[in-house]
Amino acid sequence: MFAYVVKRLLSGVVVIALVSLSVFLLFFKGPSSPAQPICDRDTGNRCTPARLEIFERNLGFDNPWYTEYGTFVKGIFVGREIQFGNATIYECPAPCLGYSYRTKVPVFEELKERIPASFSVAIGGAALYLLLGIPIGVAAARRRGTVTDKALVSSFLVISSVPYYLFALLMWLFLTVQWEIPLISDTGYFPFTENPAKWFSGMALAWIALGIFGCTTYTRYSRGSMVETLSEDYIRTAKAKGLPPRTVVYKHALRSALVPVITIFGIEFGTLLAGTIFTERIFNIDGIGYWSLQAVTAKDLPVVAAVAIFSATVLIIANILVDIVYSVLDPRVRLS
Amino acid sequence: MTTATPGSDSATSDDAYLVVEDLSVSFPTEDGMVTAVSDLSYRVELGKTLGIVGESGSGKSVSSMAVLGLHDAKSSQITGSIRVGGTEVIGLSENRMRKLRGNSVAMIFQDALAALHPFYKVGDQLSEAYLVHHGDSSKRDARRKSIEMLDRVGIPQPDRRVDDFPHQFSGGMRQRAMIAMGLINDPKLLIADEPTTALDVTVQAQILDLLQDLQREFNSAVIMITHDLGVIAEMADDVLVMYAGRGVEYGSCKELLTHPEMPYTWGLLSSVADVTSDTSARLIPIPGNPPSLLSPPSGCAFHPRCVHRQKVPGDLCATTMPPLSPGKRGDAHLKRCHLPDPDAIYQTEVLPEIAPDLVERT
Repeated sequence: MFAYVVKRLLSGVVVIALVSLSVFLLFFKGPSSPAQPICDRDTGNRCTPARLEIFERNLGFDNPWYTEYGTFVKGIFVGREIQFGNATIYECPAPCLGYSYRTKVPVFEELKERIPASFSVAIGGAALYLLLGIPIGVAAARRRGTVTDKALVSSFLVISSVPYYLFALLMWLFLTVQWEIPLISDTGYFPFTENPAKWFSGMALAWIALGIFGCTTYTRYSRGSMVETLSEDYIRTAKAKGLPPRTVVYKHALRSALVPVITIFGIEFGTLLAGTIFTERIFNIDGIGYWSLQAVTAKDLPVVAAVAIFSATVLIIANILVDIVYSVLDPRVRLS
Repeated sequence: MTTATPGSDSATSDDAYLVVEDLSVSFPTEDGMVTAVSDLSYRVELGKTLGIVGESGSGKSVSSMAVLGLHDAKSSQITGSIRVGGTEVIGLSENRMRKLRGNSVAMIFQDALAALHPFYKVGDQLSEAYLVHHGDSSKRDARRKSIEMLDRVGIPQPDRRVDDFPHQFSGGMRQRAMIAMGLINDPKLLIADEPTTALDVTVQAQILDLLQDLQREFNSAVIMITHDLGVIAEMADDVLVMYAGRGVEYGSCKELLTHPEMPYTWGLLSSVADVTSDTSARLIPIPGNPPSLLSPPSGCAFHPRCVHRQKVPGDLCATTMPPLSPGKRGDAHLKRCHLPDPDAIYQTEVLPEIAPDLVERT
């Protein structure tokens, strides 16, 4: 088990290295100079070729890409110094992901500030995925073919056929603008450590939107998986032993039925942790998703690159966790 | 009871542990009602083995699942009577039914790899079966009992293997573990549903021997569901042959295998391969396929496949379902066939084809 985890972690590191390299190359080797946005910004849109050259030299973009990638990677571990168009030298401590073109603050500092907001959204939303999705899916599977089952399946199909951004927007519009429900209408991120109640009410709408929309998928998955599992031979064996239905469903069937659901969940949870653009934008939560959206609009390349690398890292960690959970659930996976 | 008590000569209706009378099981489907079992009656005494033989879809498993009450009440209709140790099982509440399941009636399934839960240790699955009917026992007792049972069914180093998962067992060991799980509560009735199907021949023999030993030890009634007449010859005291959901021949094992009176049974006997038999003996398959239970053939369900139907006057076979009634060989041997003297046909026409050496000697 330990060797397995180490192996997975090592391969995860390799993947992160490859992702960071591709992101780096994408900007470095692109048709326009990566220094162009900062040059435009710092010179008030009067970026001459001569000025651009100064920026490129200071930022090291005139070096070969491998040298510069080396500097970038070294910066992550030991920190580095960054110079833009003038003589000011910015100190970028490890882990250095560059300086924001826009705010002239280390990217990692900004990222660190936004992680709690995005993680709050992700954890609450994902918890609702499972807390709503799995029980409803299991209940539908146990009543397969009945009116309850059909009503659940078709109403969830309606929800999931609406695009998510529209669903979230309508929800926001109705609950905050139309009905002006107190407390939860004031959406946004408020640190949990300062005011847990405010944190909760600020997040509530985002969670509900994500949770209700996302749980439809999990209802479908867990229903399908459960229906399949309930027809397995070992479920018949469990019944033939004289076990009560509760034990048969929750101990024998659910554990097997969850395996495919967990796989999908792990990956989706990773995506959520890396920031949710629509949710954060609509509910005014200053998280990684919202931040990356602003960075793209402002052509803040170091931030965009950092978000890409961060997302990849989170997804890879989520994948490794899924594999570990998987092997805990299914003993047959442990040996291989 | 006018149809007497077939099978063992000493049988009376009182000492049979399992009595099935006029059992019918149907499943409503979108295409109509599928009657998987109809008018089935049989009985099994403690210490005896009933073999149920038939093709796939003949209702063997469906009828025995009904004994355990494993059919979903919403999607099946069950009529008739099933008495287990004097208790009427049909219509019994789910709670009381559960007290019987795995306790006084246990079932061993075919393909133990699929029938054991892949995620739980073998020992835990055995303990669970024990604990559910011994609520006052501790987990430690249950574990000790599991090891004892694994040892009893011949698993080497049971105290270590108890912590293995099913996929770490060999096929034969899994089936042994399955048997151990079935017997852990000393059931009075054991239903073995093709227990040797997924195993290779040497392991099959070991498993059958084991079952026989255990039956002697526990003095339980056993129902052996199989399509293998070799297994029947070895194990069964009585035999019930099923076709299209009905019993078509019922009698003691020796009687039925030496003087079969139903052309379907002849067909089964003719299609058995035997390594020791004369090489001139032919392997004769039964023509055609089992009928659809959605629209069974009129009259005798076997008539479209029966090569002897022209020996019956008129088209009685196609119009009238023959009753399951005694033939010329006494009240203990029931057959569902219109042929007036089937034994004569068997001895003169069928036996010379399938076992020429037997005929020459007699």
